[in-house]
Amino acid sequence: MRRSASVNRMGLAKRIIPCLDVENGRVVKGVNFVDIRDAGDPVEIAIRYNEQGADEITFLDITASHEGRETTVHTVEQIAENVFIPLTVGGGIRTVEDIRTMLNAGADKVSINTAAIHNPELVRQSAERFGSQCIVVAIDAKRVDDVDGAPRYEIFTHGGRKPTGIDAVAWARKMAELGAGEVLLTSMDRDGTRDGFELGVTRAITDAVEIPVIASGGVGNLQHLVEGITLGGADAVLAASIFHFGEYTVPEAKAYMAERGIEVRL
Amino acid sequence: MTSVVAVIDYGMGNLHSVASALEHAGADKVLVTHDAAQIRAADRVVFPGVGAMRDCMAEIRRLGCDQLLADALVEQHKPVLAICVGMQALMTHSQENGGVDCLNLIPGEVRFFGNPLTDGDGNRLKVPHMGWNQVRQVRDHPLWHGIDDGTRFYFVHSYYVDAQDRDLVAGALDYGVRADAALARDNLFATQFHPEKSHTAGLQLLKNFLGWNGQC
Repeated sequence: MRRSASVNRMGLAKRIIPCLDVENGRVVKGVNFVDIRDAGDPVEIAIRYNEQGADEITFLDITASHEGRETTVHTVEQIAENVFIPLTVGGGIRTVEDIRTMLNAGADKVSINTAAIHNPELVRQSAERFGSQCIVVAIDAKRVDDVDGAPRYEIFTHGGRKPTGIDAVAWARKMAELGAGEVLLTSMDRDGTRDGFELGVTRAITDAVEIPVIASGGVGNLQHLVEGITLGGADAVLAASIFHFGEYTVPEAKAYMAERGIEVRL
Repeated sequence: MTSVVAVIDYGMGNLHSVASALEHAGADKVLVTHDAAQIRAADRVVFPGVGAMRDCMAEIRRLGCDQLLADALVEQHKPVLAICVGMQALMTHSQENGGVDCLNLIPGEVRFFGNPLTDGDGNRLKVPHMGWNQVRQVRDHPLWHGIDDGTRFYFVHSYYVDAQDRDLVAGALDYGVRADAALARDNLFATQFHPEKSHTAGLQLLKNFLGWNGQC
């Protein structure tokens, strides 16, 4: 049956993206990247989120070893065969060849983080080669206020330990100019704390670029997801632990957001 | 009805997700190929596409996929599903990469969403158009079977199709501009969205395609 024309006045839905932080083939999630808890098999978990109505899935490989990376490719293949929503893969992506490997394994988008800092041309080259739609630039930002106390956000690498001196907002603009199709913004002050998104940096970056921004880092409850969108201006919200340990399901998160006037895919 | 599906592979990106979604939707066999004999022998053809238009068109022509597609559509009259850049490649011309001539199988232009892009209330809209948006089914079609009008599908694109013949529009999208989300003509159906990434609604559309006899 055809529904009324009024449904068509709605717009693009805000996305809810469960994130799988994967180490050596297991989903883990730490508090500030230190206290790591095991949350299970990434393929099973991805299938569960697909069934729950997640809008996308992000898979971040935090494995250090080379052998572990081959496991990752295999895991991505298995997820892609069973999950019919977009899949983003990040972590340890350094070259155009790494990107090709992940896209061939079934990733729809690849997230570039540290490699973009060392070699911004990688973003341009890969966007030209594979299309902007599959190039996500991950930005790990930390608040480092100016001498006069004005908030400023700097990019940190190595899980938030190493400052780069790069201004996160200016960097986001530059990445968009080079051809990035999306920004995955993580607050290193908030990641794993469950205190909510760092809304200052979220707002600053969503206002600065025309491309979509995914807010990440710090989600501890459903109100945080709402704030990332209404106050932070994010196009998508990413969360890990609130979903992994069964505290909330994706449908519960969507229902909560819909009740507060946010457009979601139900 | 058997359903051997040829997914035309012109070397631009990963087509496994299209193939595995077709298998999940019930295809007997899915071949990802640019081999003329395999495509001619298939019951139905999927014409996908990712990446930038200039490179896509160059590879489509270099591998002779333009002729294979035309044969499937016109000579063999097989059901054909074009997806995303595959749909855009059917049009006359695209504004991408400074302007690219496309296959001109459907008269019309592929336009940039514009920057800045705003909705009717002046709110800023992000480009690329990325995510789940509603598709208004402006006319009935067998491929809409079992899918509610206004259902959300997954889109990711910065350019949109604007067909000259508005009677060909099967699905409409509003995103700052009026964009064509789906076109249908005879044995051809084309979607700007990605059915293979659109969860249950997308799988239903693929299932409908596998059962479609190519008649509107």
